[in-house]
Amino acid sequence: MATPLVVSEVAKSFTMHLRDGITLPVVSGVSFSVKKGECVVLGGPSGVGKSSILKMLYGNYAVDAGQILIEHQGHLVDLATAVPRAVLEVRRDTLGYVSQFLRVVPRVSALDVVAEPLLARGVAQDEARAKASELLAKLNLPRELWQLPPATFSGGEQQRVNIARGFITDHVILLLDEPTASLDAKNRRVVVEMIAAKKAEGVALLGIFHDEEVRDAVADRILDVSAFSPRKAAA
Amino acid sequence: MSAVPLLKVNDVSKFYGSRIGCRNVSFELWPGEVLAIVGESGSGKTTLLSCLSTRLMPTSGVVEYHMRDGQYRDLARMGEAERRFLMRTDWGFVHQNPADGLRMTVSAGANVGERLMAVGDRHYGNIRATAADWLRRVEIEEDRIDDQPRAFSGGMRQRLQIARNLVTSPRLVFMDEPTGGLDVSVQARLLDLVRGLVHDLGLSAIIVTHDLAVARLLSHRMMVMKDGLVIEQGLTDRVLDDPREPYTQLLVSSILQV
Repeated sequence: MATPLVVSEVAKSFTMHLRDGITLPVVSGVSFSVKKGECVVLGGPSGVGKSSILKMLYGNYAVDAGQILIEHQGHLVDLATAVPRAVLEVRRDTLGYVSQFLRVVPRVSALDVVAEPLLARGVAQDEARAKASELLAKLNLPRELWQLPPATFSGGEQQRVNIARGFITDHVILLLDEPTASLDAKNRRVVVEMIAAKKAEGVALLGIFHDEEVRDAVADRILDVSAFSPRKAAA
Repeated sequence: MSAVPLLKVNDVSKFYGSRIGCRNVSFELWPGEVLAIVGESGSGKTTLLSCLSTRLMPTSGVVEYHMRDGQYRDLARMGEAERRFLMRTDWGFVHQNPADGLRMTVSAGANVGERLMAVGDRHYGNIRATAADWLRRVEIEEDRIDDQPRAFSGGMRQRLQIARNLVTSPRLVFMDEPTGGLDVSVQARLLDLVRGLVHDLGLSAIIVTHDLAVARLLSHRMMVMKDGLVIEQGLTDRVLDDPREPYTQLLVSSILQV
């Protein structure tokens, strides 16, 4: 299938029970699709719901209405209603995510943090570590850091570990939440090249990039999320 | 994805007289899945764990386990001998207090070896070698093999308890606050160890904890309990990032940030 990700009429609101049950609408009527080899960038001002859309697609946020259809090993899975183990299976094999911040696990080295998604798919440890080393080298992470847990790394170093972890698999869909936010110009260019390589492999990418230079370099299409904002509809 | 669940829990309730332990709990646990049960003290999580692991008999409801022979068995209808065999071989139970799960006055090696003998191992050399291997896996120096757990620190005791439980390659492990009472650096080591072992051995586990960070690190799925009821459940990331129920929102918002 040429369109591995289709989002249809998705809506999301938060009910804050600790604040007298007020309801905050986030987005509604979100509909779009991402084709193979395409990089779609979510645009619009801060707070308009870009990250919320990515989090719904990855299963971290529940979906109030609509469908999120993912092409997973030859069949369609609706992530909006999938049971937890189906979501985990889609994450393991089909859907990758580079979050804004690295979730650090105590005592696990940077190299193993990066290699983990391959190990989870049954790749042998040597092979997974070799691939992880390759990516960390490409992202210019100093070699003396590889064996250390990333908890004490700088923001940019952690982000590069996170990017390597997200890019190590051959997932057909990749979600990117500001992967270049705390990188210097040289490493931003590396990430732009890595995204171009994923596109050439036919990966469908959906991302948030505040950096204009990066956005212009990678985006095939910009989707204005404010069109889905209920606040705009009310205005 | 494996085709059938390992454990099927249907409408389990436990009453202590007129007091509610847990009420109308239903779920399925699949092979390789780690489920965290969270909630405050008195919410019924330990009662539920006890009902699932046959340490307590539920007042009503059915718990079925997928045996190695491929059949489901109703745990309440199982004979005492069979149930004990299951608990000693195919299951593990890690107590919050290691003294409840270990024999404190026999050596570390014998604590691990005892479970091997329960599955029919009789060769002393093999048992000792396997015990030594497991001590190494839980990061206990091999020269401590003849020491009694009384001489161990709290963190070492807990790691020994884990080795004792995992040596028979169980398919399902119950854990009741496995990191409770340990200081944080010891906790981190234990969490990392448990995480690695669960992954390497493809274990299913049910972990009772009141620590949401532990749940995030170890579990795939989470159930939140309050007043004996499961009030919210789902993917761990989802429950913690987008809690829906008032009580879950309170729990999540009460986590201290460092």
